[in-house]
Amino acid sequence: MVDMKGTQLIHEYLRHNKKFPHVFCAGCGHGIVLGSLIRSIHGLGLSKDEVCVVAGIGCSGRLAAYVDFNTVHTTHGRALTFATGIKMAKPGMHVIVVMGDGDSMAIGGNHLIHAARRNIGVTALILNNNIYGMTGGQCSPTTPSGSFSMTTPMGQMEQSFDCVELCSAAKANYVARGTVFHVKKLDKMIMDGISNPGFGVVEILTPCHTQYGRKNKYKTPVDMYKTLKKDVIDIDRYNKLSEADKAKKVPSGVFVQKDEPGLEEKFYEMAANCQGGL
Amino acid sequence: MARPRKKRNKEIFALGNEAVVEGALLAGCTFYGGYPITPSSEIMEIMAQRLPLIPNGSFVQMEDEIAGLGSVIGASLAGRKAMTATSGPGFSLMQEHLGYGCITETPLVIVNVMRGGPSTGLPTSPAQGDVQQARWGTHGDHSIIVLSASNVQECLDNTIEAFNLAEKYRTPVILLIDEITAHTREKIVIPNPDEFEVFNRIVPTMPPEWYKPYEETVRGVPPMPSIGSGYRFHVTGLTHDTNGFPTSRPDEVRELNERLFRKIDQFLHDVQMVDEVDTEDADVVVIAYGTVARSAELAVKQARDLGVKAGLLKLSTLFPYPRKATEKVMAKAHTLIVPEMNMGQMSREVKRVNNGQVSVRTINKVDGQIITPAEILKVLTRV
Ligand SMILES: Cc1ncc(C[n+]2csc(CCOP(=O)(O)OP(=O)(O)O)c2C)c(N)n1
Ligand code: SF4
Repeated sequence: MVDMKGTQLIHEYLRHNKKFPHVFCAGCGHGIVLGSLIRSIHGLGLSKDEVCVVAGIGCSGRLAAYVDFNTVHTTHGRALTFATGIKMAKPGMHVIVVMGDGDSMAIGGNHLIHAARRNIGVTALILNNNIYGMTGGQCSPTTPSGSFSMTTPMGQMEQSFDCVELCSAAKANYVARGTVFHVKKLDKMIMDGISNPGFGVVEILTPCHTQYGRKNKYKTPVDMYKTLKKDVIDIDRYNKLSEADKAKKVPSGVFVQKDEPGLEEKFYEMAANCQGGL
Repeated sequence: MARPRKKRNKEIFALGNEAVVEGALLAGCTFYGGYPITPSSEIMEIMAQRLPLIPNGSFVQMEDEIAGLGSVIGASLAGRKAMTATSGPGFSLMQEHLGYGCITETPLVIVNVMRGGPSTGLPTSPAQGDVQQARWGTHGDHSIIVLSASNVQECLDNTIEAFNLAEKYRTPVILLIDEITAHTREKIVIPNPDEFEVFNRIVPTMPPEWYKPYEETVRGVPPMPSIGSGYRFHVTGLTHDTNGFPTSRPDEVRELNERLFRKIDQFLHDVQMVDEVDTEDADVVVIAYGTVARSAELAVKQARDLGVKAGLLKLSTLFPYPRKATEKVMAKAHTLIVPEMNMGQMSREVKRVNNGQVSVRTINKVDGQIITPAEILKVLTRV
C-alpha cells in the first residue's frame, strides 16, 4: 500500500529545481535515512530556515543536496568543523551533520572525538554501511574483522571501531544507534538527538549492497535488511544475553543521554558576563 | 598605490601580531577559529581575550588547522566576518579548505606568519618561503588575493584591507607576514572607525525564490546571503551550476571557472597595492615585500647618498602580481633587484612580467636571518 501521506510529506521538503534522479543505488539505505530525517524535522515542528544540513563526502554526503534546507556539502571528513563554525555563529540554528563511516571515523575521526569532547550543540548522523561506498568498496574503520572489501581481498585483519563506544568515551551528550530497518525508532532517535542541547550522535546501520553486500555473500539488498532485522536488538534485550550470544548481536537504542549545555551556550553566557562586567 | 592613510587618533605600542588583531576587529571580524603555532600564536591568544568582549564575537580553539579553517568557512557562510592565523605547517594543512573557500566563494582571511622551512623548519626564525604556496598551494586552477605587510602599522592597515577585499570579491584573502614583523614592537596609530572604509558583502535583495547563488553579475561577484536568512541554497565544493548544484556539463563548468578568475582579475587596479620610493628617475629599482622591504628602503636611501639613482617598489599585494607597477618602473630602469628570504619565489613573477626586457638580479637568503640593508646596498652599487 502506498502511504500517500508520507509521500507528500517528503515532497514538501525536496528541492524541485534540483536535477533528479538522485545518485543512490536501488536498495541503498541512505534514502531511508533521508526520509527519517525529514519526518524528524517535521515532527519537531522546525521551520526550513532553522535547519542547516551539513554533509561530508561519500554517498552519504550527497544527501544534503536534495532537501530544501540550508545545505552545505563540505570536504571529506571535515563536516563537523564547518558545523562548529555555523553553530558558534548562529546558535539558534539546528545544525545536523550527515557523514559516512569512513568520513566520520577514518579521515574525520579526530574531529568526531573533539566535537564530542567540546559538546558543540550539533547533531551527527553517522550512516554506517561498513564500507567506502562512493570510492568503490574499500574497507572502512567499521568493516568487521574477516569481511571482504576491495582493499581487504583476503579478509579484514584490523579491528573495527564501535561508533557508540567511541563517542560515549569522548563524552558526547547523546549517543544512540538505530537502523534503517527499524524506522520508527530511528525517527525518535533523530528527534531526540536534534532536541538535545549538546553534541548528539546517532549511528545508523544502513546497507550498501552494491559495495559491501556483493563482496560478502549477500545475494540481494533484501538479505541485508533481513540481517539488520535479525541481528540488531534492543539494548535491554542485549544486556540480558550471555557473552557468547552477545558476540552474535548488535545492541541498538540510546546509550548516553545527558543534558549538559552545548559549547555555544556556555560561550555566549561567558561572553555576556564579560560584556556586562565592562 | 597604497590606500591613503587618513587622520589618526589613538596611538599604541604594539607587536605586529597585535596589530593584526586590531585591524581585524576594526574591519568587523567577529569569529576566530584556529590552532596555535609559533610565530602566529599571539594573534589567537589575543583574539581569545578580545572576541568575548564584543557583541556577537565568538572564538573557538579547534583540534587542528584543517578544523580551524573549516570552522572559519562555516562561520562565514553563517554571515560572520571570520579569520584564522597560522604558520607554515598549519598553512599546509589548510590547503584543501582554501580551495573549498575559493570555489564556494566564501569571504575569509588567513594570516600566515611565515617561518623557516620546509617542514617544521625554523619555528622562530623569519623566512618568506610560503609565497608560492599561498598562490598555488591548493589543488586546481584558481585566482587568489595575497597581501603582505612590512611593518606593524601595515599589519593593521593590510588586515583591514584583507577583510575588505575578501568581502568585496567573495574570496579567501591571505596575508603573509614574516616572523620579524610579527614580533617587532612599534608605535602604531589606530584609526577612528569613521576614518577608513569597511566593506561588507552584498546581500541579495530579491525574493528568495528568484535568487540564484552563483549567477553572473556585472562585477562577477554574486550577492551572498547568510545561512538561516531565508535564502536556502546548496553550497558544495563540487563544480556547480548557477543554482549551486553539482554539474559536469562543459559549458557550466567553464562558466564557473572563468568567472572565478574574472571576478578578481578584471579589478586588478583595485586589488594591486604598491608603494614607490624614489622610483621616478630610478635606473635601478629594488622590488621587495615584508621585512626585507624595510632593509631595501634604507639601502635605497644610502645608495642615493652615494649617487646611485636607486628606487624601491614595495609590494603590499603579492597576487595577483602587480604587473602594471612593475612595467612602469621597468620603462626607465635598466636593472631590477629582488631580495627575498627564499630561493626566488617572487622573482619568478618579476621575471615573468619582465620577460627579458631589463636585467633582473636576485638576492636570496635561506639561513633564518634577515637580508640586511648592507647586503642590498652592495648589489645596488655594483649594477
Ligand atoms: C581528502 C580526500 N580523500 C579521499 C577522498 C575520496 N573519497 C570520497 S568518498 C570516500 C569514502 C566514502 O565512504 P564513507 O564515508 O563510508 O561514505 P559512503 O560513500 O559509504 O556513504 C573517499 C575515500 C576525498 N574525497 N577526499
Ligand atoms: S554505493 Fe552503496 S552507499 Fe553508495 S549509493 Fe550505492 S548502495 Fe548506497
